[in-house]
Amino acid sequence: MKILVCMKQVPQKDAPLKLNETGAWIREDVSYEVNEPDAYALEEALRQKEKHTGEVVVITSGPARAQQVLREALAKGADRAIHLEDNAFVGLDAFNTAKAFAAAIKDEKFDLIFTGLQSDDYGYAQTGVILAELLGWPHATIIMQIEKTDAGIRVKRELEAGFFQFVDMPLPAVLTIQSGINKLRYATLIGIKQAKNKPLRKVTLAEVQSAIGENLQKIERLYVPQKTKKTEHIEGSPFEIAKKLVDKLRNELRVL
Amino acid sequence: MPDTILVVAEQREGKLNRVSWETITAAQSIAAATGWTLEAAVVGAGPTAIAAEVAAKKLAKVYAVESPKLEPYTPDAFAAALKQLLATKPPKLVLMPHTYQVRDFVPKLATAMGRTVISDCIGFRHENGKLVFTRQMFQGKFAADVSFNSDAPWFATFQNGAFRGDKAEAGASAAPVETVNVDIADGVVRNQPQEVFKEAKQAVDLTQAEIIVSVGRGIKEQKNIEIAKQLADALGGDLAASRPICDSGWLPMDRQIGSSGQTVAPKLYLALGISGAIQHIVGMKGSRTIIAVNKDSEAPIFEIADYAIVGNLFDIVPPLIEEVKKAKAGS
Repeated sequence: MKILVCMKQVPQKDAPLKLNETGAWIREDVSYEVNEPDAYALEEALRQKEKHTGEVVVITSGPARAQQVLREALAKGADRAIHLEDNAFVGLDAFNTAKAFAAAIKDEKFDLIFTGLQSDDYGYAQTGVILAELLGWPHATIIMQIEKTDAGIRVKRELEAGFFQFVDMPLPAVLTIQSGINKLRYATLIGIKQAKNKPLRKVTLAEVQSAIGENLQKIERLYVPQKTKKTEHIEGSPFEIAKKLVDKLRNELRVL
Repeated sequence: MPDTILVVAEQREGKLNRVSWETITAAQSIAAATGWTLEAAVVGAGPTAIAAEVAAKKLAKVYAVESPKLEPYTPDAFAAALKQLLATKPPKLVLMPHTYQVRDFVPKLATAMGRTVISDCIGFRHENGKLVFTRQMFQGKFAADVSFNSDAPWFATFQNGAFRGDKAEAGASAAPVETVNVDIADGVVRNQPQEVFKEAKQAVDLTQAEIIVSVGRGIKEQKNIEIAKQLADALGGDLAASRPICDSGWLPMDRQIGSSGQTVAPKLYLALGISGAIQHIVGMKGSRTIIAVNKDSEAPIFEIADYAIVGNLFDIVPPLIEEVKKAKAGS
């Protein structure tokens, strides 16, 4: 099984974010980490490789700092990496990102392409589905299980409210992976050492420029959300807070 | 001819998915602001009954988009069917609820048409003739105003609960329903879906709970969930969790609150160590009273909390359990 995992580097979950001068993006002087669903997608690819033999290739687009995500993936067991390296990739919409990826992998022959179901920064949940359409491949989203069958794969699709559905699909296919599909592994020391020698191909913006176009949507501005709710802060020592809260529970909310 | 807004209502297992009413409310607001005409479409194998239900709302027309290949749902069939409908009379704006099913096909549909989708919107603004959609970014830390930079049709999906379904205005009389038979060729549909099923034994129906104590990543370790359980017991409530807790196997899946789990609206929702990621919030923002405990004063959960306690839950919960017990004992 030859599997491509599309990975994204996003600001760390608890990183304090600030708007930049234009107000159309954040200041980038924060700590970054791998987009959590993408880590699950990588883990799933590594498990499929361990089960069926094959190759796991990881790809990302972004500035130099995004390489960290690829290095970690190689350390965990991915075989090679592709880095579309340029600051400009950060500002591309999902359609253009998918087009850039499609251009970068046009000479490869993957059986499966995984993405995380959505990113923790944009939260659009589109890139994988767009990529499938560009490649002319079938796809399925929010996947919690993948099994190889004679005709292709059988996947378990997560639906709302605790419902699921199995879907039989031919290969090649694109799947967007849900977090919790598996348990993430840690990179071993040997893995980290071996990662240094694994191939990492850099792709410049110029190489994919002809594939991408103007963004079809534009972030006009970012801003701190307007609060519609009136929030009352309860302060003091833990004991004082407990007393105040119980007072409210009993007298205002009447739940005690 | 004014531009048209098309709402694609969602059908599941032969019934209208009620979140579609929220999309109609949103669409009616946009129609009022822009002066555009509102129409709707229902897509499925036998959409006529649902189309009639939708036609009772205040809109100009409903399309019942039909083909036997539309049942069961597949992204190939839905994208193909809607592409045909949109080709005949291209609307300016296509609106859908941000359900798991819509996420599965609308980016494919838009891409096939060379267009784009603004997903998971929580509102819109119409200023100086320009329509702008609002959505959350960075897990709710910022809001973004996003505009289209493309030709029509524009696609947008709305987050669950962003608009009130019960505010969808009824029409003075039923809108006309037009059946559209779409042709989906053999070989277009590549996925073979099986029956939808529910996995969790559903030992607890959290939608019936009046009081919920919910834990997030801030609980740090599985053994710490014990203090949350003690608090839930003291209050006479139920224990619940955000997704990462269930993913780790610390609590069973039927305790999960959020888009993939249960959606609840109890009298009291106590969020312990929950940051307030969007996928969790959509499952509990309808709670009557929300109390949040988190050591991060910037956590998005505080946007929707009625009472905020910024602090360490391990310092706050034990005395709280004692005070609750004392109050219940009548002292």
